[in-house]
Amino acid sequence: MSPALPAVEGRATQIAGAQPVAPRLRRSPWEARALRSEILTVGAWIAAIIASVPLFSVLYMLIVRGGSRLSWEVLVELPPAGFEMGGGFGNAIVGTLVMVGLGALISVPVGIAGAVFLAELGPNSSLAGAVRFAAKTLTGLPSILAGVFAYASVVLVTGTYSAPAGAVALAVLMVPTVLLTAEEAMKMVPRITKDAAYGLGCTRSQVIWKIVLPTAMPGILTGVMLAVARAAGETAPLLFTALFSSYWLVEQGGVRLMRPTASLAVLIYNFSGMPFENQIELAWAASLVLVMIVLFINVASRLLGSRRA
Amino acid sequence: MSLVLEDGRHPDSVAAPPSSWDFLADRLFRGLAKAAAVLILLLLAFILWQIGRRAGPGIRDYGVGFLTSTNWDVGRGHFGILPAIWGTIYSSFLALLIGGFFGIVMAIFLTQDFLPPRLAVVFRTTVELLAAIPSVVYGLWGIFVVVPAIRPAANWLHEHLGAIPIFGSTLSGPGLLPAALVLAIMVLPTVAAVSQDALRQVPYRVKEAAYGMGATRWEAILRVMLPTAATGIFGALVLGFGRALGETMALAMLIGNSNQLSLSLFSPANTLAALLALNFPEAGPREVEVLMYAALVLLAITLLVNVAGGMMMNFATRSVRK
Amino acid sequence: MLVTGVSMLVFSTTDAPAQERVRLTGSGASFPFPLYSAWFKSFSGKHATVSVDYQAKGSGAGIQDFINRTVDFAASDAAMTDEEIAKVPGGVQLVPLTAGEIALAYNVAGVKGLKLPRDVYSGIFLGKITKWSDPKIKAANPGLTLPDQDITVVRRADSSGTTFVFTTHLAAISEEWKKGPGIGTTVKWPASDKFVASPKNDGIAATLRQTPGSIGYVEYAFGKFSKMEMALLQNKSGQFVAPGGKGGEEALASVKLPADLRAWLPDPEGAQAYPIATYTWLLLYKKNSDPKKAAALRELVDYCLTEGQKTSAQMGYIPLPESVSATVRKAVASVQ
Repeated sequence: MSPALPAVEGRATQIAGAQPVAPRLRRSPWEARALRSEILTVGAWIAAIIASVPLFSVLYMLIVRGGSRLSWEVLVELPPAGFEMGGGFGNAIVGTLVMVGLGALISVPVGIAGAVFLAELGPNSSLAGAVRFAAKTLTGLPSILAGVFAYASVVLVTGTYSAPAGAVALAVLMVPTVLLTAEEAMKMVPRITKDAAYGLGCTRSQVIWKIVLPTAMPGILTGVMLAVARAAGETAPLLFTALFSSYWLVEQGGVRLMRPTASLAVLIYNFSGMPFENQIELAWAASLVLVMIVLFINVASRLLGSRRA
Repeated sequence: MSLVLEDGRHPDSVAAPPSSWDFLADRLFRGLAKAAAVLILLLLAFILWQIGRRAGPGIRDYGVGFLTSTNWDVGRGHFGILPAIWGTIYSSFLALLIGGFFGIVMAIFLTQDFLPPRLAVVFRTTVELLAAIPSVVYGLWGIFVVVPAIRPAANWLHEHLGAIPIFGSTLSGPGLLPAALVLAIMVLPTVAAVSQDALRQVPYRVKEAAYGMGATRWEAILRVMLPTAATGIFGALVLGFGRALGETMALAMLIGNSNQLSLSLFSPANTLAALLALNFPEAGPREVEVLMYAALVLLAITLLVNVAGGMMMNFATRSVRK
Repeated sequence: MLVTGVSMLVFSTTDAPAQERVRLTGSGASFPFPLYSAWFKSFSGKHATVSVDYQAKGSGAGIQDFINRTVDFAASDAAMTDEEIAKVPGGVQLVPLTAGEIALAYNVAGVKGLKLPRDVYSGIFLGKITKWSDPKIKAANPGLTLPDQDITVVRRADSSGTTFVFTTHLAAISEEWKKGPGIGTTVKWPASDKFVASPKNDGIAATLRQTPGSIGYVEYAFGKFSKMEMALLQNKSGQFVAPGGKGGEEALASVKLPADLRAWLPDPEGAQAYPIATYTWLLLYKKNSDPKKAAALRELVDYCLTEGQKTSAQMGYIPLPESVSATVRKAVASVQ
């Protein structure tokens, strides 16, 4: 690349003893490359605005329709039936938190550990190639198949719809995203820092735990957040594994996990399809609450992540 | 002469060879990591086995004709998924093109100092949040906002440019274009978020070096930053494409579930994932086999596209890699 | 966190205290979902020891769940075939709890109270009649001004019991339909770009509202509460009957329930019968593993057949005739 130099007025002289004259740099805005850059900047702004329009349109619809119904009752009451007024979706909130939480508990360690293998321990082995392939193929798995799979593996085996079955289905959907983003994040850790650690006598695991993972943490967190966000909003897998319930997860005697469990996604699916205003409003409010929960988890994890650094 | 203690440590140094406990922990951890990687492989194998088992009779009975027939008649036992395959590829590519392009532009926009940093963070969080919106809501948004919004433009295009095949029919509600647009919006947050990370990982001195050589802002971005972040951005596109291929609910509401093969952007179409979602709940045993066969085809398409993409990527970045 | 999770799981699978509520879970048809959810909720409210849950995911999926014994009961618009019944050891008791109508909703500016003769509505869905200004439609509606607009037909995208019932009726009244698309939860609709599909009732309602000149089929209950314009259909006796009135009950009265309680109404007789109606069934195991559950199920059915019927009409469903509900109440004693 041999760029044309911007026009320079005056010239620094190196004649011994003479005062050097500071060059005054001036760039003509009409000069070809600069112009191209300016046009691209304008283009980028336009593109960003175009992309923002639908994004904000969705958020707007969510906030306006959901916000009008948001209240304390809605967060703590049980879902209303057909003709009823009022009601809420407290049990669905609990159900979503439990199932996404369990799903993350399963998928995040597995995803990160697998990514460690792919990025650090055996990046060029044939096993690594096969695993990468498998993960990329799994990203295209329709969510309904994850549900069918969990149905065959968990529901039929335990004989009942349950929260853990839902968690397994969600974990299947989450693992590829966590794995692939974590691997990319770990690959970006500069070699110098790793070499320094090896030089100090660390084992490979110590290098991974103390250097690679903390440095790659922001990228890993992005992957986890994307996976969690997606899992929280999926309906089809839960229809086949956790079904729905109009009652609380906790009853006298303790937490009942091996029962059909409510979730925000299935509630939205059910209620948006009913012809009653009350239910439709609740469906929108539930969507808003879901997004707010994910926002909260997102912000909280970023704060925690940066504090560790 | 330096003092070296028995186990190899020097009293003033932090450096030391690993202890036997360290070795054990190392072995254990490496074993776990390998196990996790194998687990993922096993997971795919298990899923393929489960689906393949149920698809077996379907494959036996319909063979390759299944992939080329456009007939879907449950009552008479004729099944064909060519329109669904076409719709899947058409809609996903379109969605990736639009969503991927805008996603990368967003990522550049948010990481290359076009906005004050605080604002960029807010924007970034907002975009990531959009990944959390349930697909049912995207479907509803598509029906209530997107379809009415593009209907006038679509019909104008059909009237005046109807000779061009992609504008060849009227938009009477759900169809390929609304579905592809909504899919693009669903893919965008994923692509944007992961691309942002990739761009942020590019060492600052690479950027400085480019500017030092006198590059304009966009020359630095397009010719230096993007190629360096290329593998990360490619990973983002893979994730985005996977999401597009597998998206079920929103597409089921917007694609129109029609078994017509058409180039037109406005005609209703079908995708494999939507076909599964719409028919599986009510499917009898016969139909389930056929749907599982369709699921295998979808996974095969994902596989093929990833392979092709990987090869393209290798080819394109040959010059950049050391 | 791992420890808490594991202990929660262990805790939840340990034995329940004696006072525990009986939990009944069911899944299946979405046709009666609004009604069932109301009934089950009020039943659970009145009985402190029983709570009932029902999730709509489609008749077929419900039957699958039932065969796999992952639910305590199921619901289906298409009852069960003999093959399916054979897969359930111990036998199945089919219990019709309610019935509903399928209405043809339309969106044509300024047109209310549209009357559709038999050959016209079957012609529309066959793709033969393509404009609202068609002479046959005009002939049946002398008092209405019909625009010269294309008819856009909105049909279900997902496979559904509603489509099954509708196509059964169309096959009964039109030979061409029987030979052509036929009967099924999904059928091969005519290939025309004037035929669009939307999933579920709300999808059809939304598309109808946005597409001028469109017509589609929905469950009557849905159409009633979404305030859609619904057509009067010509029945076998030649009368034009609107959905939602006594037409449904007349349709039910015209068919006698056989011993296994599976009755179909493809084309009801009766002067004022509404032509498209169907029973919807609850599927119960004749042999239940838990006698407490069996008792709860019997009470539930009893409740639905007595108290429940009082609210059916208001919610858009057809109340069961006395003779039918008496027969059903006797039959449910076989659930043990």
